[in-house]
Amino acid sequence: MNKVLLRVEGLRTFFFTRKGVVKAVDGVSFYVREGETFGLVGESACGKTVTALSILRLLPEPAGQIVGGKIILDGTNLLELHKNEMRKYRGKVISMILQDPMTSLNPVYTVGDQIAESVRLHQGLHDEKVEEEVISALRLLKIPSPEVIMRDYPFQLSGGMRQRAVGAIAMSCHPRLLIADEPTTALDATIQAQYIALFKDIQKKTNVAIMFITHDFGVVANMCHRVGVMYAGKIIETATTREIFKAPKHPYTSALMNSVPRLDQKGERLYSIKGQPPSLRDLPPGCRFFPRCPVAEDICHQQEPSEVEISQGHFVSCWRVK
Amino acid sequence: MATTKVIDWDKVKSGTRQKRIFSNLTFIIPSAVLLFLILTAIFAPLLAPYPYDQISMPDRLMPPFFISGGTTAHLLGTDNIGRDVLSRVIYGAQISLSISLIVIAITSSIGTVVGIISGYTGGRTDAFLMRVTDISLAFPPILVALLLAATLGPGYWTVVLAISLLGWAPYARLIRGEALKLREADFVAQARIIGASPMRIMVRHIFPNIINPLIIMVTLSVGMVILTEAILSYLGAGIPPPAASWGNMVNDGRNLIDSAWWISFFPGLAIGFVVMAGNFLGDWLRDKLDPKLRQI
Repeated sequence: MNKVLLRVEGLRTFFFTRKGVVKAVDGVSFYVREGETFGLVGESACGKTVTALSILRLLPEPAGQIVGGKIILDGTNLLELHKNEMRKYRGKVISMILQDPMTSLNPVYTVGDQIAESVRLHQGLHDEKVEEEVISALRLLKIPSPEVIMRDYPFQLSGGMRQRAVGAIAMSCHPRLLIADEPTTALDATIQAQYIALFKDIQKKTNVAIMFITHDFGVVANMCHRVGVMYAGKIIETATTREIFKAPKHPYTSALMNSVPRLDQKGERLYSIKGQPPSLRDLPPGCRFFPRCPVAEDICHQQEPSEVEISQGHFVSCWRVK
Repeated sequence: MATTKVIDWDKVKSGTRQKRIFSNLTFIIPSAVLLFLILTAIFAPLLAPYPYDQISMPDRLMPPFFISGGTTAHLLGTDNIGRDVLSRVIYGAQISLSISLIVIAITSSIGTVVGIISGYTGGRTDAFLMRVTDISLAFPPILVALLLAATLGPGYWTVVLAISLLGWAPYARLIRGEALKLREADFVAQARIIGASPMRIMVRHIFPNIINPLIIMVTLSVGMVILTEAILSYLGAGIPPPAASWGNMVNDGRNLIDSAWWISFFPGLAIGFVVMAGNFLGDWLRDKLDPKLRQI
């Protein structure tokens, strides 16, 4: 088995706002191995993106603060690095793809220039070498005729092409960890499938570890080796993709599974989880899912469940699981 | 039955050609006007038929040559102390153009730097810089200029200093707003992700995206600077006589506007040309700099 590249331990990221403290990420732990894709799944506003930004240390300051935990990348705790040191990690060791390809490219530079910027920042190469790197990054993302596309401005490209260009920027310095924040949400189904196939291929070639943030279980099944399910700032279940799909243990995970529309089962109205996720400003005592949980017991709203490993690599935080 | 519309492709092509020629004209004409005026300013001593300060009382208030009573010796007539208007307009180009060029260079640079730093950095830096900007905007510029003229003595550099001292503030305001908007843009987040430093983000990612409003502001300032200089000259805090600037010439003729309109009219015309040329050129430049419009 590959070695663990990134290990996040007890990460707590709070936002200090006028209305109170928002506990966006409250004790999240997971790891990502080299050459592996780890999916982070959850509904909107459950802390997926904040977890990603915490790893890059790009939280909107001064409101967002990492108040606890460790982020260990290959033996180095990123939270202890000086900000100039951290800058050298960004783009080179850890890279990220944002959600919307239409706006994540600078409209006034050509695609080639924008890839070249990252290459120049981290590799200190001569101009000719830079161009080679730019072309090879575009090739890696399977962009046709890279020599032509690199001279195009973002507005001249289609959405799918732009998203690949964004991917080329992210991959240009051969990062070891790639964080993809719902990169396929803005694409249509066909392009989405191509994009995912492309990343699987890139992972095979480069052995990059991918942390894939999504709310789409279809994408998870297709792309991820292991999955962490997040709810209200916590990871409530972690397992291999196979196990999550076969035997989800946490009631939230199974509820999520049930609310995915399926082609092979005819029937009734699509299941949906009743109620709303709790406000991150004012969390209930006990288990966060308690108010919506169909199988809750007394202990669930008195004490927060701790994480238990029920089988090799399958972690659940629920009182019902023993 | 529906009628089929036949597209005449030759017409379409000639239409786009006309458009292209027109768009080139909006570049050629204003730049020709500006170039002409700049060359006039540079070669003023060779072009002007008379020195700008040559007084000749017998020839006073002579109308331009195309009006009865005018002579070709004074093509655009003379002012109330017999100075040749044409010569003074030509010499005035030197002062008026160079002042607006210098003032705009100073104010737009300061305003842009302050605005970008303020907008991108945010927090206390932003609060501090914006309060300084507010204070600058609150001061009445004419009074400050008068104060400067009183302490430093009127003169060319006093005018430059007086207009620049407060003139950067509107730029800072505008640019800060743009920078504030761009700070949240995804491509700026992307730049942070690849490890760009704040300095680099401000220079390489924010600045090129605020060039459009900056250019528009610059072109609009040309007229404003020339007019401010005119006001200062009128109040005795501008370019001291006998030197000619377009502004002080317009003011010289103010009291005689119904009898000897040419004293104010021709320098006014020159101001109008510069302002319009600036605006047209600004428009053209904006279209050219916007990659979205570049290849249409």
